[in-house]
Amino acid sequence: MTDKKKGNGYAKSIDPAALEMLKVAEEKGISTMFSRVDEVSACPIGAEGACCKVCFMGPCRFIGKEKEEKHGVCGASLATVAARNYIRSCAGGASAHADHGRTIVETLLAVARKQTPDYAVKDPIKLRTVAGYFDIETEGKDDLQLAEEVALAALNDWSKHNEHQTYVKRAPKKRQELWEKLGVTPRGFDREVVDSMHRTHAGGDQDAEHIMDQCVRMCLASGWGGSMLATDVSDILFGTPKPVTSEANLGVLEAKNVNIIIHGHEPVLSEMIVDAAQDPELIEYAKSKGAEGITLAGICCTANEVWMRRGVPPAGNSLHQELALLTGAVELMVTDIQCVFQGLVGVANQFHTHLVTTSSKARIEGAMHVEFHEDRALEIARDIVKMAIDNFPNRDGGQIHIPSHKSPVVAGFSHEYIRYMLGGKFRGSFVPLNDNIVNGKIQGAAAIVGCNNPRTTQDEGIINLVKSFIQNDVLVLVTGCAAHASGKHGFLTPEMFENAGPGLSEVCETTGMPPVLHVGSCVDNSRILTILAEIVETGGLGDDIDQVPAVGISPEYYCEKALEIATYCVGSGAYVIFGGGGVARARLGRRHRDPLLGLGREVRRQAGVHPRLARDLRGFHGPHPEEA
Amino acid sequence: MATVMQRIDMQKNGIQRRKPEGIREVIAGGVARGARAYYDLARSRYQEALASRDAATKVEFPNTGYFLPVIYAITGHKVETLGDIQWVLDEAEKLLPPVPSDKLWLPYLGETLDGGMAALWLAEVIEALKYVGVGPAPVQGIWLGAADDVIMRARGVEFVDGSAPGFAAVTGAAPDAETAVALAREMQQKSLYVFIAGESRGTTFADQLAEAGVEMGWETRLVPFGPEIYGHIYSIGFATRAAMAFGNVKPGDYKGTLRYNKDRVFAFVLALGEVDDLKYAAAAGAINYGFPTIAETDIPEILPTGVTTYEHVVSNVPPSEIVAKAIEVRGLKIVITEVPVPVAYGPAFEGERIRKEDLHVEMAGPKAPGAELTVIAENVEDGKVTVVGPEIDEVEVGSTIPFGVLVEVSGRKMQKDFEPILERQLHHFLNEAEGFLHVGQRDIIWERISKKAVEAGLKFEHVGKIIHARYHADFGGIMDKAQVTVFTKEPEVSELVARAQSAYHERDDRIGSLTDESVETFYSCTLCQSFAPDHVCVITPERPGLCGAYNWLDGKAAFEINPTGPNQPIVKGAVIDQPKGQWVGVNEFVYQNSHNAVERFNAYTMMEDPMTSCGCFEAISVLLPMCNGIMTVDRDHTGMTPCGMKFSTLAGSVGGGAQTPGFVGHSKFYMGSSKFISGDGGIARLVWMPKKLKEELREAISANAERSGYSDLYDKIATEENGTEEDEVLAYLTEVGHPALEMDPMF
Repeated sequence: MTDKKKGNGYAKSIDPAALEMLKVAEEKGISTMFSRVDEVSACPIGAEGACCKVCFMGPCRFIGKEKEEKHGVCGASLATVAARNYIRSCAGGASAHADHGRTIVETLLAVARKQTPDYAVKDPIKLRTVAGYFDIETEGKDDLQLAEEVALAALNDWSKHNEHQTYVKRAPKKRQELWEKLGVTPRGFDREVVDSMHRTHAGGDQDAEHIMDQCVRMCLASGWGGSMLATDVSDILFGTPKPVTSEANLGVLEAKNVNIIIHGHEPVLSEMIVDAAQDPELIEYAKSKGAEGITLAGICCTANEVWMRRGVPPAGNSLHQELALLTGAVELMVTDIQCVFQGLVGVANQFHTHLVTTSSKARIEGAMHVEFHEDRALEIARDIVKMAIDNFPNRDGGQIHIPSHKSPVVAGFSHEYIRYMLGGKFRGSFVPLNDNIVNGKIQGAAAIVGCNNPRTTQDEGIINLVKSFIQNDVLVLVTGCAAHASGKHGFLTPEMFENAGPGLSEVCETTGMPPVLHVGSCVDNSRILTILAEIVETGGLGDDIDQVPAVGISPEYYCEKALEIATYCVGSGAYVIFGGGGVARARLGRRHRDPLLGLGREVRRQAGVHPRLARDLRGFHGPHPEEA
Repeated sequence: MATVMQRIDMQKNGIQRRKPEGIREVIAGGVARGARAYYDLARSRYQEALASRDAATKVEFPNTGYFLPVIYAITGHKVETLGDIQWVLDEAEKLLPPVPSDKLWLPYLGETLDGGMAALWLAEVIEALKYVGVGPAPVQGIWLGAADDVIMRARGVEFVDGSAPGFAAVTGAAPDAETAVALAREMQQKSLYVFIAGESRGTTFADQLAEAGVEMGWETRLVPFGPEIYGHIYSIGFATRAAMAFGNVKPGDYKGTLRYNKDRVFAFVLALGEVDDLKYAAAAGAINYGFPTIAETDIPEILPTGVTTYEHVVSNVPPSEIVAKAIEVRGLKIVITEVPVPVAYGPAFEGERIRKEDLHVEMAGPKAPGAELTVIAENVEDGKVTVVGPEIDEVEVGSTIPFGVLVEVSGRKMQKDFEPILERQLHHFLNEAEGFLHVGQRDIIWERISKKAVEAGLKFEHVGKIIHARYHADFGGIMDKAQVTVFTKEPEVSELVARAQSAYHERDDRIGSLTDESVETFYSCTLCQSFAPDHVCVITPERPGLCGAYNWLDGKAAFEINPTGPNQPIVKGAVIDQPKGQWVGVNEFVYQNSHNAVERFNAYTMMEDPMTSCGCFEAISVLLPMCNGIMTVDRDHTGMTPCGMKFSTLAGSVGGGAQTPGFVGHSKFYMGSSKFISGDGGIARLVWMPKKLKEELREAISANAERSGYSDLYDKIATEENGTEEDEVLAYLTEVGHPALEMDPMF
């Protein structure tokens, strides 16, 4: 199946749809990430985290056999440099997630203040739950009043000077005490990022361990703050996900329809696009232009958001963004924030496709920009859909090539639904999950999360792990692009229980769930924290997250957000393995041995950097499960 | 193991029995279809009811205080009229699950359990409508329909004190009547209640038992609720009411109700014969309560645990193993004493009656002398049984004979105070033999043995063997040896009666002289904490446990028998308040043992920090503010009372281990005690009680009043004949000049 290509000598993907589209790209001579990765070699010094450019006496590179003994112009050690690089990467990732959260909370505030007629509180129960976390009295208050109080309280969490973030208390008691003891309980998110950037200015914090402690604190501020609020408030505004059926992969595009792709990360715009695309008036308008209807599909995490809430079919993970346009059948791709690559312009220009950016934070040269304003959300969404329809007659029929590959999927397992699934409205709890972990029917849980990375075979690491975990009775939770991969390769179907080990398969048959649960987008890794905290709270599996037989793995990570997620998971006591893409394509067997493998080698090797995280696993933040 | 009947069915329909496909198709699909069928029937019966009746028409299960209890406990919604049912139907409709798809199905377990819950509510509506006259009559032939609160409380107490370990909800019919009888007997011997509803194989379990001549009814623990599966709502309702009555679970607190049942009510569903969609839906409802299903037929199993304690559904268990399997899956612990008798033996036979035509011999009673006496003796030969007089096969069939039983015991820990406790047990021990009826105690005993029992080989010597075996099993902690002499002829019986009467007299004097002041130690009773976790009974010589079953001597003996059991000595300690009955040691004990819920405890007042109630009290006294006194109502009285609440409502609101000033649960015996609310003015406060109770306690109340200086009090106490509204009672009190009106204000 896999197409051995030249370049780095590994197959580009195990996804047949991707391979098919890469042939098209090759035939047409269109450059994509898959081809550019062979043209641009990774800078080995930067990849190792051994290049310091925080000041202009350098950049200082640490190379050669004696690099351990070397110093930068300022005298910085390799450990200091690696730690500074790591925390600055994490600051970027954490900012992306937390700022995503802030936008969502601002939308809630706008709803509460009736400044945006197109949104509403869709889950008033969750609104009340969240109000409870903020100690806001709910009695006798209507949704809007409560929404305003919740939104203001939540926004305040970003800017707290010295008080701790509210959601810290949702972690297990023992974990909170440990954070307190280590001084890593997070303050307001903005403060933590500013603190991190400040201390890594030249001539600031030059103790690697000390830098890494701040890194943990900053990332916890996202995991148990910005990210978790993004998830919670998205649920309040758009509904808490419960399982829906859909189909995944490029085959969801319809040759006879107007095809629109939504791409990026936030649900705010995409929810409106879904409404607009279902508007009978616009469907009629599409028909008037010769189409049979409108097909909306998603890429990346904005796809996850509307997939699990609205059943909008996902066309693929982040490496599919250019491939989708290569079909020649996409009238318009509309994007918001994060992981939307400039390379799209070059592909779109080969076709009639409009590439439309919408976020004030993310414009791309060469793309059209229609700025999104939440007070006119639906109107703007309708305009964008109309642009797509108007573009339909410009399609070149001869250029169309839609792969047939698609797989049915069930997605949308919020922790609220998992509770419900395990006991219904009246007996919902995590007890059956814990019970069946205790009695050994389920061996544990593995969260396969994160991205795609063209420096490794697309989906291969993810799918190998998923397959082997479920065969060994380990329940798998997937988010982000790993969720797309699982969906495309058929692992999100309930029928997959037949390929699971006997114990897991029995639990799947009892509940009707697939052995691989789609938990959400990458910001929804906070749901995994909540699930872990609930498992601890339910009892029987220890009194802190580090005792739960669970592992988080990101086999194909590519971005700073992934580092931030890894760090807040480690800080929360989870066992984390990073590996695959990034620098080295380590073999899976070896990868299991080394947490954080795949990070810049120096980040891994340097005393005080990697050990600070690795030790976190081995007693500092909790015991290492393999050693326990 | 298809039965003849099934085979006929299959031949008739030309089908082979289908191999079940799996949980999704058979169970989840079955529940979805079943719940929908419940809904359709409930909705159409409801419309039928409304067609000819007003929406304000009253809806209730007679003499119950919890409305439609399952709906009330889970949702907090009170169904009092036909119109109130509309809400239930609408809410149940929201819970109806879809039938899972054959491909790419969505998860179904949560939805299936919700569908089960909806089925329970709808079954409750269907049964309640039968009482309004829509649908078949709920009580007919062998079928009993809803259990009233008197039964629920009396039987519920057995779940509390452990004499009943749980109940089996049997649905469908056994392969044949013989198997049905064997199953029923097995469960009875294990002291389980057997709740019966629903048919299969063209008949029902209860019909099979009736056909075999097995006696049924609450007394025998074989309880036929109804021929349709809907009748099992009474089983679930029973468990639900127990949670509210004994567990202090508030209506609407569905988590509390369900957790209580999962943890404390050991029930399971026994599915005999084919399991259809309606039964799947009911079983899913039961799983919400933590009650698993054990099926005889080959249905899909649900083995992962979690919602129930162990497996959820276990199937394909042959009838001979099904009870044992059920007990294992539900996590029940049953201790059985092997009693060497040729008939079945167990508490379930306690309530069995023996009619004249079944009678082999009648002993003592109104027509012949008789007595029972247990005494400490020396040179006891353990296990020796002597029958003085004719054996059972030597007496004329249908005759009445004099009858005496002398039990002589010895043991290092045996005390004279324990003699009456051991003696009183003969009533239970002998009754538990099938075909043996025992009524009364001391010299007013009356016993019968059935022809069937004699045919099975029961003899008078077995009376001795039963007592010997049970004394060792139950009182081995205080008694080492027992020998029994059974007298069946004169003059030996009359001689025993004379000896016994003098012993009784001596005991009564001794107990009469025991006062709260004359002892340093009280006894606790936390037996009911299995059901009401914060409740602590404090038993004093002048105040027995509120259930009436345990007095101070019982507590003392129980502690000797089981030093780590629920009856612990409480050293009174320094007096804090003598009139109210408050002591340092008692406060400390109660605080600790109520898990810090109750800080102070007053023994003699109901107005301030009174004793808590588990829900099993024999009677309850309630302040009547206008009358400056109290009313007392016992659990047998089902009518309205002047405080505006029936006994069942009172029990529901006061039980569960909470202190409720102005309300106190107590034994009937306590009303004859000088310490009866002595801190509030004593017996003279009593202004109203049910007529039946008043007559029952005439002597005790008169004597107590006499001691308190109110010799004519008895006649001044109002009953329901004088009124059930407080102002009616007040008018009566004023007319007769009740002393309470002249006393200091109660609060």
